[in-house]
Amino acid sequence: MAFTNEQLERYSRHIILNEIGVKGQKKLLNGSVLIIGAGGLGSPAALYLAAAGVGHIGIADADVVDLSNLQRQVIHGTADLNKPKVESARESMEAINPDVKVTTYHDFIASDNIMDIIKDYDFILDGTDNFPAKFLINDACVMAKKPFCHAGILRFGGQLMTYVPDANVPCYRCVFKNPPPKDAVPTCKQAGVIGAMAGIIGCLQAMEAIKYLTGAGELLTGTLLTYDGLKNEFRRVKLPKDDHCAVCGEEPTITELIDYEQAECSGISSDDYK
Amino acid sequence: MADYQITDRVDITDVVCPVTFVKAKVALEELDEGDILSVHMNDGEPVQNVPRSIKEEGHQILKLEDNGDGTYDLIVRKVGE
Repeated sequence: MAFTNEQLERYSRHIILNEIGVKGQKKLLNGSVLIIGAGGLGSPAALYLAAAGVGHIGIADADVVDLSNLQRQVIHGTADLNKPKVESARESMEAINPDVKVTTYHDFIASDNIMDIIKDYDFILDGTDNFPAKFLINDACVMAKKPFCHAGILRFGGQLMTYVPDANVPCYRCVFKNPPPKDAVPTCKQAGVIGAMAGIIGCLQAMEAIKYLTGAGELLTGTLLTYDGLKNEFRRVKLPKDDHCAVCGEEPTITELIDYEQAECSGISSDDYK
Repeated sequence: MADYQITDRVDITDVVCPVTFVKAKVALEELDEGDILSVHMNDGEPVQNVPRSIKEEGHQILKLEDNGDGTYDLIVRKVGE
C-alpha cells in the first residue's frame, strides 16, 4: 500500500514521529477498533481514532441522541437530536476522514450478540455507562482473547485500565469481582459528570488503542489509572492478576456470558452516567 | 565519476513542509540498508530542514548537489532497517 500525497500530508504529524513512522501509520490504516457506547467516552475516542486513520472503526449503541447528551458527547451536534447515536457518530467520523470504514451496531450489547461483534476487531474500547455492560465486555474479551480498554467516569473523576490476553495481567473482574449492588453507585444522571472528564478519559482510551495497534510505548496493563479533575491528580494503582479470578483465573467458574440485571435508574443506555 | 549508485529517486518539489521530509522518509523506508536515495528539492526551507531531519533519523548524507536552477539533489545512504 503506497501513500498518496494527500495521505502523506494528512498523516504527516504521525509519520514524522519515530515511534509511529510509515510502518505505524500503515498499521493504523490496517487496524480495527470497536467502540462500545457512542456517548461521553466513545465520542472523543471515535473522533481521534478516525482522525488518526484507524482503517476500520465499529461503533455500537442502541440509543438516540438526547439533548442532555450534548454537554459531553461531542461527536453529536444539536442537529443530530433524536438520530441514532451510531448514525450521528458515523457521519462525524466519515466527515473527518474518508479513509475510515465505519460499521455501526444500533443495538444493545448482550450475551447473545457480543461474541459475534467483537470477533472482527483488533482492539475494543469499553465506553459504556453501566456495570452489567462492563462485566459483559470484560468476560467476552477474556473468553475471545481480545484486548480491550476499560474506562469509567463520574462527577470529577475517571479511571481506565487495559487488558491484553495471555499477558499475565489482571482483567476487570480480577479487580472488581462482581457488579456492585443496585444503587450502591449513583449513575451520572443522578450524580452528574463534568463534560471534559469524558474528553480526558476517552482520549486516554484512544491513546491505548493507538499504542496497541502500532506497538508504540507501554500499555496501561496491570495498572489502573485514576484521575481526579478537581485536584488535577493522576494516580497509577498497580494491580496483580488474580489467579482465582472467576473468568480469567486458573479454574474459571464463569464459562458462559452473564446478562446482569440493570440498575433501575440507569436504564440500559450508554448516556446516563457517561 | 560518482562513487555511489543511486537506487531510487524522490521528488519533493511538489509538496511543502512538513510533507517534504515525510515524503523523503517514506521513500527511505521502502529501501534496504546501504541503498542510495536521491532527493530532489527546492532551495530555501527544504534545503535548510530536510537534510538535517534525515540526518537526525540516523541516515548518512553523502552530498548536496546544487542544480543551479533553484533546486538541489540530496544524496542519502540509508542506515538501519
